[in-house]
Amino acid sequence: MNDPWLPQQAVVMEKVMETPDVATLSLKLADTAAHQRFRFDCGQFNMLYLFGLGEVPISIMDLRQGLVQHTIRAVGRISRKLVALEPGANLGLRGPFGNSWPIEEARGRDLVFITAGLGCAPVIAAIRRVIAARPDYRRLVIMQGVKHREDLLWQEQYERWREVPDCQVLLAASEEKQAPFAWSLGMVTTLIDKARFDVNNCTVMMCGPEPMIRASMHGLEAVGVGLENCFVSLERNMQCAVGLCGHCQMGTPFICREGPIFRVPDIRQWFLLEGY
Amino acid sequence: MQQSAFLPHQALAQLFDVLQRDGYTVVGPTAEQGAILYRQLDSVDQLPVGLVDHQAPGRYRLEQQAHGRYFDWVGTAQGLKPWLFTPEQPLMVAREVEGGLRFESVHENVPPTAVIGVRGCDLAALALQDKHFLQGEYPDPHYSTRREQLLLIAVNCHRSAATCFCVSTGDGPEVTGGADMVLDELDQGFWVRATSPRGSALLARLPTRPLPGWHKRRSKTLRKRARVQQRALPSRDLRTPLYQARDDETLWQSVADRCLTCGNCAAVCPTCFCSRVDEESPLDGGQSTQVRRWDTCFNDEHSYLVGHVVRKSAVHKYRQWLTHKLAIWHDQYDRSGCTGCGRCITWCPVGIDIVEEVQRLCTEVKAQEPHE
Repeated sequence: MNDPWLPQQAVVMEKVMETPDVATLSLKLADTAAHQRFRFDCGQFNMLYLFGLGEVPISIMDLRQGLVQHTIRAVGRISRKLVALEPGANLGLRGPFGNSWPIEEARGRDLVFITAGLGCAPVIAAIRRVIAARPDYRRLVIMQGVKHREDLLWQEQYERWREVPDCQVLLAASEEKQAPFAWSLGMVTTLIDKARFDVNNCTVMMCGPEPMIRASMHGLEAVGVGLENCFVSLERNMQCAVGLCGHCQMGTPFICREGPIFRVPDIRQWFLLEGY
Repeated sequence: MQQSAFLPHQALAQLFDVLQRDGYTVVGPTAEQGAILYRQLDSVDQLPVGLVDHQAPGRYRLEQQAHGRYFDWVGTAQGLKPWLFTPEQPLMVAREVEGGLRFESVHENVPPTAVIGVRGCDLAALALQDKHFLQGEYPDPHYSTRREQLLLIAVNCHRSAATCFCVSTGDGPEVTGGADMVLDELDQGFWVRATSPRGSALLARLPTRPLPGWHKRRSKTLRKRARVQQRALPSRDLRTPLYQARDDETLWQSVADRCLTCGNCAAVCPTCFCSRVDEESPLDGGQSTQVRRWDTCFNDEHSYLVGHVVRKSAVHKYRQWLTHKLAIWHDQYDRSGCTGCGRCITWCPVGIDIVEEVQRLCTEVKAQEPHE
């Protein structure tokens, strides 16, 4: 029997500080064969382990030049230490776990991405993959909300996405006094009215704070998008990632096992209730 | 092959002998701190002779009676859960070594273990824990190791406690499956049935006699009598009323006002499976161990997310526990998560009665439905 509890040794090869409290770590598995075998689907996550501290689930950003990339914000006891790691540091890695965005199924459709805060990491991976296969998709709309303009990670990347053919990039800042150039003032949901896409042939992928997801669901329904075409990446307290510890249950599904990505109608009855 | 026989009362010691000679650790009921618990036993002398339990909401008392039966009690404070899903389980050891970290699996040396005295509800709960820990994509190796070593000698209940409602869940008081051997105890001895190949092999080595007809008849009468229970859930599948009740928080306020959110119900529940993962590092450094410990959905940390706790109020916690146990389980594991053992009623410090709460919720949900 495989031991689902056993991490593999990983080494930090590169580190980029995106903001004072957000770092992107590029990892290599110490076991070369395991490293070469490592694959992930956009939306999946790894459990990253720090010696003496424990594990946290972190979504996978990319596999770049053979390195496993995670973008991590220092928010808790373990993530703070992860962000403080320097190249050469050792850690443990279990994964990848969970399901993925419906990127294959969405071929030939308009794609709409709605993200807010730092919850965008799992969606960024999907956007990158879609742009790499641009001809397979129709129109792209990328909506991102932040509090302050400088909270937006990878500003240059968003500017580059504006240059992608038939790709609309909409940015919103909720706590600026004046709208920055080419930005809107307000929550990300205010952008939905500005987005131009085929509501009858689109796939929506969302990630961010739960109130923002709920508001987006309303906004999308209001413009005529069927929620069966909307997907959301969810988060709960995941301690094992293998469907055993029970913490990440949101009503019926275990987020780590049936998720973290759900078709909205499949999770709606639980997601809309406080306390599940 | 002999499948059914009579074992005189004084010959139970030989069952212990045979098991111990075969290398089994024998686990059975014994009285400890005022309750019956499964413990590792050396001899039949440690069995609770003549002890009967009286259970009620928030109450468990043992009474010494004049008879010499070993298994006349109904419920142990804990079922089989702690023997398989142990309250504390090391999962992995990390060591700092030259050139990095080394991770080691934890392997335990578990002896073959025979548990005597297991009830129908215990076995039903075991089947449910098997589903959770063994039948998913990632089976738990620690549960599996212990499970493989288990030999189960069950006893049919001839009494029900006031808190029992296994008839309504379909899990008792008779053993319906999952054991290697099943006993019916009367003063003179046991009606022993082998229900697995291992059980048959064991039975063949016991000093049994032909089963007298009266023993069989009397056992069946007593089993039938045990089916008369004071409590019953309204139905086995409560998804419809409970999913309706779920959506109205006001229906949960009266029970939340009494609930201490202590989690005792989840701790004694033979099917509750939640655990948290702790990191333990000795002060001298060099190695660190991940340890799994029982957790319950009544703890704030259970639903902790960066920045907030999803279930902070007693309304949310109790609603999570009850709707999960009796409704969500059907969607996750194809049946209810309750086997009617009544432990959550007995061991609740304020005597909250799950059956009463479900009946109330069902009534109130019905009252809300528009009248024709």
